[in-house]
Amino acid sequence: MTSLLQSLVAALLLVNLVALGTSRIATVVRAVALQGVLLGVLAVAAHGGVTPRVVALAVASAFLKGWLIPVILFRALRQVGIRLEVEPSLGLLPSLLLGAFATVAAVAAGGRLPAAETRLAPLLIPASLATVASGFILLTTRRKAINQVLGYLVLENGIFIFGLLLVEAMPFLVEAGVLLDLFVGIFVLSIIIHHISREFATLDTRELSLLKE
Amino acid sequence: MKAIWLVELVALTLVPPLLVGVIRKTKALAAGRVGPSLWQLHRDLLKLARKELALSGTTTWVFVVAPAIALATALLGALLVPLGTLPAAIAFDGDFVLFAYVFALGRFFTAAAALDTGSPFEGMGASREVGFAWLTEPALFFGFLVLARLSGAASLDRMLRSTESSAWLERTAPLVLVAAGLFVVLLTECGRLPVDDPATHLELTMIHEVMILDHSGPLLALVEYAAALKLFVLSALLLHVVVPAAAFSGWSGFALFLGGLVAIAVAIGAVESTMARLRLLHVPTLLIAAALSSGFALLFLAGGAP
Repeated sequence: MTSLLQSLVAALLLVNLVALGTSRIATVVRAVALQGVLLGVLAVAAHGGVTPRVVALAVASAFLKGWLIPVILFRALRQVGIRLEVEPSLGLLPSLLLGAFATVAAVAAGGRLPAAETRLAPLLIPASLATVASGFILLTTRRKAINQVLGYLVLENGIFIFGLLLVEAMPFLVEAGVLLDLFVGIFVLSIIIHHISREFATLDTRELSLLKE
Repeated sequence: MKAIWLVELVALTLVPPLLVGVIRKTKALAAGRVGPSLWQLHRDLLKLARKELALSGTTTWVFVVAPAIALATALLGALLVPLGTLPAAIAFDGDFVLFAYVFALGRFFTAAAALDTGSPFEGMGASREVGFAWLTEPALFFGFLVLARLSGAASLDRMLRSTESSAWLERTAPLVLVAAGLFVVLLTECGRLPVDDPATHLELTMIHEVMILDHSGPLLALVEYAAALKLFVLSALLLHVVVPAAAFSGWSGFALFLGGLVAIAVAIGAVESTMARLRLLHVPTLLIAAALSSGFALLFLAGGAP
């Protein structure tokens, strides 16, 4: 079981690298979808035993993040008809290196947190912090609104990993509520993206910093 | 025991071109074609070896010697890694540095031969080959450092063979990260798809293929076999990282080794069928990501995560 858990955490870090380093939006969407499915498996593996609650959470998470949200995002991509390149304001290589630096910091900081006592914590806390940091970098350094949605998703994935540590303590309703919020959030954002592109003929968020008459 | 090794060695000389055949077959099947036979490269090599040698008037001895050196360095590299049940023929502390630079020597002479022809296209290919090759070194060396720390040994043979499978299983996260890094190194070093397209014949975009445009007959056969051998050696290295050494014993271990190599070749073929070549400017990003992946593995070990 540890080997499965370790492979999953390694795969999560690799997906973060892919999301930060690739130049195509479609690849980032697929990477985020893959991360969602990995999280579903991770939820079962981290829990150790297969209980209906954990399985329900895992299936809901994998279905939502691995299928439904990517479908919505691909639909939004088709509708707005933008160039399928990422066009970051920071550059791919610097954001990749920043992500790596954040991962190093996450591993260094993960060991110092007072919570790091349980069986899973030493593995999951660095992965969680690194994923949150990657999501934050994606969210802040990309210009197009759709990339910021993807950054938000990665950020949420990081928080989900942290939540797995508390899976025994946290009520199922809270997790389900978070997933529902996420779904509604992405749904609303994809509608907003559609409106932005209709109003301004661009998805570049720098255009949104000025008020118009 | 020794008799088995002899049979295996003879068998292994036939495997490198076969791996290239497997990659081509996978790509053909994925594209809905029948594709060439798995033994096509063997036939091509025999045909080329019988052909006449045509040398350009501008070339010097470097051009003639380079393919032989490329093959010799690839063979030396093959002696440094364990091949399934066979232990490495040469093993000493720190031989992983020799392993990395033996291939660098082969690459230096291939690039020198390309420059020797005086063709601008080949010079461009040589420049790209060398420019990407140095970026694969961090990923390779971070990977070796991780393996050295895991096994407590400093020679490739013991790094890859002495680890017990239980310890191997407890350290999956670093190994997965190293394997991912090494896979990218393998794709780059062997001129496979996201970096270089072996099927294209447009001089402006080629890397490895453009460097050997002027080679003909036996020289081309040497270059092609050396390239296939390099693919074989790096695949064997990757396979030993992924599969615990205890699994390789006796004839079943040998079969597992061959099966693993074929699986890696199929994986390369699958990557080539599903991906487009990266823009040249984005290749360094991929290679640095590979280095970071291997670096994360080191971080996991040094950080003491379970």
